Amino acid sequence: MRLSPDEWIFWQHGFVKLNATIVFTWALMGVLVLGSALVTRKLSTGRTQSRWQSLLEIVLTAILQQIEEVGLAEPRRYLGFLGTLFLFVAASSLCTVIPGFESPTASLSTTVALAVSVFIAVPFFGIVVQGLGGYLKTYVQPTPVMLPFNLISEVSRTLALAVRLFGNMMSGAMIVGILLSITPFFFPVVMTMLGLLTGMVQAYIFSILAAVYIAAATRTRTPVPKPAATH
Amino acid sequence: MLIDWFTVGAQALNFIVLVWLMKRFLYKPVLAAIDAREKRIASQLADADKKKAAAQSERADLQHKNDAFDQERAALLAKANADADAERQKLLDAARAAADALAAARRVSMASDARTLDQALRQRAQDEVFAVARQALTDLATVDLESSVCELFIARLRSLESTALQEMAAALKSANDGAIVRTAFALPTAQRTAVHKAVNETFGVKLTLHYEVAPALVGGIELSANGHKVAWSIADYLASLERGVHELLKPAAAPSPAGNAA
Repeated sequence: MRLSPDEWIFWQHGFVKLNATIVFTWALMGVLVLGSALVTRKLSTGRTQSRWQSLLEIVLTAILQQIEEVGLAEPRRYLGFLGTLFLFVAASSLCTVIPGFESPTASLSTTVALAVSVFIAVPFFGIVVQGLGGYLKTYVQPTPVMLPFNLISEVSRTLALAVRLFGNMMSGAMIVGILLSITPFFFPVVMTMLGLLTGMVQAYIFSILAAVYIAAATRTRTPVPKPAATH
Repeated sequence: MLIDWFTVGAQALNFIVLVWLMKRFLYKPVLAAIDAREKRIASQLADADKKKAAAQSERADLQHKNDAFDQERAALLAKANADADAERQKLLDAARAAADALAAARRVSMASDARTLDQALRQRAQDEVFAVARQALTDLATVDLESSVCELFIARLRSLESTALQEMAAALKSANDGAIVRTAFALPTAQRTAVHKAVNETFGVKLTLHYEVAPALVGGIELSANGHKVAWSIADYLASLERGVHELLKPAAAPSPAGNAA
């Protein structure tokens, strides 16, 4: 039994290898991009539109709404990153119902890569919105003493993000596999359904956490007014 | 080792590429479509608002026109009613006048008819009465009656007024052909002689008398010459009786139309 699809290697040359994680990621990317291209090829701006267009519009509108609710002022600026994060994780989770498909998010390498992406995206968006000085100031807030703790927090939450996603995704797949070997008929179906739900929740949580981190990095801290002096 | 750093790098790169591809093929077109639709809807809403405002303005204008039209219609209706009332009154007056005229004409006609009928009745009664009288007297005519009539005629000649006497005398004198004596019956010689003698003595002339029979005289005798005549006959009495009857049967004064109309 493989713990990670990384171990399923198709081709290797030196340290360069083509494992199941990468291959299924490409397949997933192909499906997402091809599906998007097919649907957006004939977009309608009139009164009638296709069901696929309606579905995509609903999904995108919901993502934008969630981003806005987290506190990001211009949700469209973050839609590319956060939306793709959500769609990729959600699609990975949904595709686990396909026999033989190895979810890329069941690989710690993928979740680490996503966490690293978030780790890079947070300061990137922070600098874009607040400028370099403004962003760096957030590490010494409220006092410079907090600098090491802020740095540790930054790294640890990224690590926690990666492990959380990996753990949830992998555990779901593992439990399904174990139950499949014990009770091959009833429990796997239930657990698969539960796994789908868990995967969707994880996709949501992962994206929301990323949005929260970005929102924390881009939020301009307003100075607290000093209380009036009393004699 | 669960983490394969090559795979991590490759997945990070894959994710970045996926972000770009999704932006290119999904987010931009869909957001553009949403924006276009929202813009179109906003445009349509603005257009609808504009049309609504225009419609409201037009409705207010139409309402105003309707009000004006209603007022004008009410005024026209009132005028038409007044005109109709006036015309009706005029027609009623004309009809009343025509009815009054017709009634007056009818009354005149009825009065005329009544008069005509009355006259016809009277004439018929007179004619009948006098026809009966004439017939009776004609039937009763005898020699004695004739002699009596001659005597009465002679008495009348002698009792003529002076004016009538002179006029008759002048007429007799100017009559070259003589005078004519008409009787309802043929006079016997004795009566002719008596009459001739009385004429000569009364008018102081000597002339020839021509005798003619005229049954219409109804037991009478008449002397005529040159347009003048002296006569006596029962017809004279009948004429006098007729005048009396006329006076008796003359209708009361016709009532005035105004009095009837009232």
